[in-house]
Parts: sequence; C-alpha cells; structure tokens
Amino acid sequence: MRRIMVCVKRVVDYNVRIRVKPDGTGVVLDGVKMSVNPFDEIALEEALRIKERGEADEVVAVSIGPDDAQQQLRTALAMGADRAILVKTTDVVEPLAAAQVFLTLVQKEQPQLVILGKQAIDDDAAQTGQMLAALWDRPQATFASKVELAGAAALVTREVDAGLETIEVDLPAVVTTDLRLNEPRYVKLPDIMKAKKKPLDVVELASTGVSAGETLKSVLVEPPKPRSKGVMVKDVAGLVDALKKKGLL
Amino acid sequence: MATVLIVGEHDGSKLNPSTARCVTCAAQISGAEVHVALFGADLAAVAPQAAALKGVTKVLSVANPANAHPLAAVLAPQVVALAGPYTHVLGPSTTFGKDLMPRVAALLGVPQVSDAMSVDGPYKFKRPTYAGNAIVTVEAPESRKLVATVRTASFEAAPQGGQAAVEAVAVSVPLPTHTRFVSVSAANSDRPDLQTAAKVVSGGRALGSKENFQLIYSLADRMGAAVGASRAAVDAGYASNELQVGQTGKIIAPELYVAIGISGAIQHLTGIKDARTIVAINKDAEAPIFEIADYGLVGDLFQILPELEKSLA
Repeated sequence: MRRIMVCVKRVVDYNVRIRVKPDGTGVVLDGVKMSVNPFDEIALEEALRIKERGEADEVVAVSIGPDDAQQQLRTALAMGADRAILVKTTDVVEPLAAAQVFLTLVQKEQPQLVILGKQAIDDDAAQTGQMLAALWDRPQATFASKVELAGAAALVTREVDAGLETIEVDLPAVVTTDLRLNEPRYVKLPDIMKAKKKPLDVVELASTGVSAGETLKSVLVEPPKPRSKGVMVKDVAGLVDALKKKGLL
Repeated sequence: MATVLIVGEHDGSKLNPSTARCVTCAAQISGAEVHVALFGADLAAVAPQAAALKGVTKVLSVANPANAHPLAAVLAPQVVALAGPYTHVLGPSTTFGKDLMPRVAALLGVPQVSDAMSVDGPYKFKRPTYAGNAIVTVEAPESRKLVATVRTASFEAAPQGGQAAVEAVAVSVPLPTHTRFVSVSAANSDRPDLQTAAKVVSGGRALGSKENFQLIYSLADRMGAAVGASRAAVDAGYASNELQVGQTGKIIAPELYVAIGISGAIQHLTGIKDARTIVAINKDAEAPIFEIADYGLVGDLFQILPELEKSLA
C-alpha cells in the first residue's frame, strides 16, 4: 500500500491575539480557540491531492498531544484523511521527542512520504520534519512549494532565500510544506458527519517508548518590547523632511 | 570554556553576511573560541572571507564535490563529524541553516534552540515564539552539546580584521546519495540584498498588480534600497517568494523600512520589528501598520509614490 503520513499539530488559532501571562510562565491558553497548524493543513491538502491523482492509496493523519487533539484529527479526517492516530500525552513534547514518536509510527506504517508543516505557529521551532528525516536516515525536502512524484523519487521545489530550488529525493522521504504549496480545501458539513465514523486510534505516549518533557527549560515568557509611538505626517514633503532630518535620505 | 563551531553559509564565491552575524552571537558566549566550518566544492574564494572576520580563530574548510550544493542530508553528517570537540554548534536562521541545523541536532541527539535573538548566558538564550508575540528565555542543559540557529537580524555583523588560520579538513563519513540537487532559479539582481540592506522598500496587496509593483522597484532604485513584499503581495503573484518579509519569510532589521500598501498583519510585523525606522504609507488610517510605524502617511499610494520619487530626484 502506498501510504502518506501527515503530521498534524494542535495549536492556538492563527487569528487569536496572543497574550502573555503576567507571571511570565507562558501564554494564555484558557478558552482560546485551537486549530490545526496552518502549515499542517497545507501538508494534509497536498497528501490528499497526491492520493486523488492516484499516486497514493491511503492518507494517515497523526498527532501528538492531549486528548483534545482528537478535534484536530477529526478535522483532518473531515478534510479527507482515511484514518488517524493520536499519541496521547499532556507532557511538553519538544521537536526531537516528536520526531522520535513519529519515527515509531513511520516504522509501523511504512509510508512512502511523510508530509508536515515547515513550522508550527506556536513555538515557531521549524525542526520536527528535519529531525524525523535524520533519525529515519531518509531525505528531507523542506519548505516545499511544489511536489511531483516520479516513480521511486520525488521532485520537490523549495522556497529558499535565493529563490526557488529544485531537488530530487528518493522515496520514502520527508517533505515540509511552505505557504504556497496549495490552498487547503474547506470542510463541508457532510464530510464532518462522515469523519465521525472514520477510525481514530488513541495510544499512550508511553507505548511508543519515547519519553517527553522539557529539556530546554523555559525560564521566562515575556511580551516583546513595544516600539515607541510614532507620528503621522501630513504629506510627502513632511515625510521627506522628517527622514532627511534623521539622515535616512 | 566554550568552543563554538559556526556552519558558514556561502554561494561558492561570497560568504553570506549571515555568517558574520553568527560570529557576533558566538562572541557573546563568554570566553568563547569561535571557529567557522565551510562546506563546498571549491572554497578558495570564501575561506579567506571567513578568516577575515574579527573574532574567528580558525576556519575549517571541507572541500568536496559532493558539497557543491548545500543539501542538508549530505552536510549534516559532516557537521556532526566535526562537532566532537565543540560545546556549541551554530548556524544562521536562514533557509540554509533552518534546513540543516535540526538535522545536525537530531543526529547528535540534542535539542535545538531556534532563532536565538539574545545571549543571556552560555546556555541561556532568548527566542521568539508565536510570531514574535511571546519572547521565551530558554535554558539548555550544560551537560550536552548545544545546537542553535541564530536570528541574524538580532546581531550586527562581526567586523573585518581577523586573521584566522584556514585548515583544509577531509571528512571521511559516508554521504547519502538519496538527495540530489537539480536546479536553482535565483532572481539575478543588482539591487541590494533584502536580508542585509540598510534600506528596504516593501509593497503589499494594495499595489493591485504585478505591473503596479514596478512602482516599488522604481522607488527602491531611487533610494538605493532593497525590495520586499508582504505575504499577500507574494500570494497574489505581484512579487516573487524570496521577497517575502515576515514570520514565514525573511526577518530583517534595516535602518529604514518603508511599507507601502501593507496593512500590517501580525505575521508581517514580526519580520520588521527590529528595523530602526519604519515608515508606513497606507490608504486606511486604521491599518495596524501605523501602530508600529515611526512615520505614517495616510493616502493613495498611486498619488504618493510618484510624488515621493520626484522629491527624491
């Protein structure tokens, strides 16, 4: 079976205005809307398109997190994933531990492709895909803006600082997604109903043999230093004047 | 004592300025001895540039045809082979470093500090999370090697004046062939580089078309500035991807940033917060960009831009 595994992270919704707790222990998460990490949504969309092109047979969505992460996996199932696996834990799971957990799932599921977001919009670490590829000893194609399967390999176009780079990777491989890879589909109500019947396995983190927890100790979380309030200028002449005074023009 | 290995970035002829910024970060780790490792097919041109950075005491030059293009899967085992004696391994938080360093960290079996923006101690760094809305101070275990990417916009480039020795090193580890370079399409440009330019002019969705985006180029050229773009402008096809500034694009810290027709989504603001002076030109007086701008001008960009260009002539 040609299988694609998609890693999905439950994160604070893209549109939520983040507030830092006054005691410096973290950000406010109580009552905050949670969603699928937008980059992972793109990863799932790409997997579904590959399957719809007849180049894969099954899409498995996997996540690591609290019981509530089942909601995000249900969203993935509603989008079109065939089944889902949640590795349940309330511990802090850093990217290296996440990669170790995903490796155990990879060894079990034997996917030809693992697709995940290039970063999660909560910790912005941008590590998990590369770490999984390293531990798995397989290719990585990060920041993908185009993925074409060609037999036992894939051609991936990557968004790099210089422009667009294309690499060829043998399968199986890990792909991490950039913003312009695709536009994820909207979930329709009947799909949400159907998703309720799709299989969603929940396994305990301990069963994977991976231990999670904080190795990078978060000592303090604080809001960024605010910029001082600027001034409004009336017209172009006023702007040019102000910039000239500061020696910027 | 701390010994720091920096993985240098280059294009075969020029050392990327991100390397000099990593050197400044490394130098802030107290008492650190700083070495730079370079990987490439031919390093004759770039190794002296790394050796000339003040604060660098040794350059390790790993020339190998397999290193002609920076493929993370190929470079990572070589970095690991060199990492043994070092307490810290740093790379820039550019697409080069972001691709490579987590692979290095995983092979070493250690966590990575991403986007270090300040050095609070040899194993203590500040880094941005939630698109820069929450700054976390993290402490890594001193008993393990520390791998980090450096948020280059947060550090000045190390000055010239170094005289480090360049040591040619042969690294004999098996290199994978499962990842192959095919091509790169770089926008060849005589304009200043977006990531290091002192001045940047950026355009947003309000430009309305690829043709109108030429107004941004034109003003930038007049000012000697680099060109940037918001995600919306790139998504709409007005500008190419390497121009994107923001959380998922480039994080920059120019002396002057001019945002034109950019409303200022939080993801964009993340990319420019370290700019010395921010100018915003926007039709909408309520646009969030004005909250962080040093100088704001409300009006129609299609009237303002020609006028601005004329007054700079």
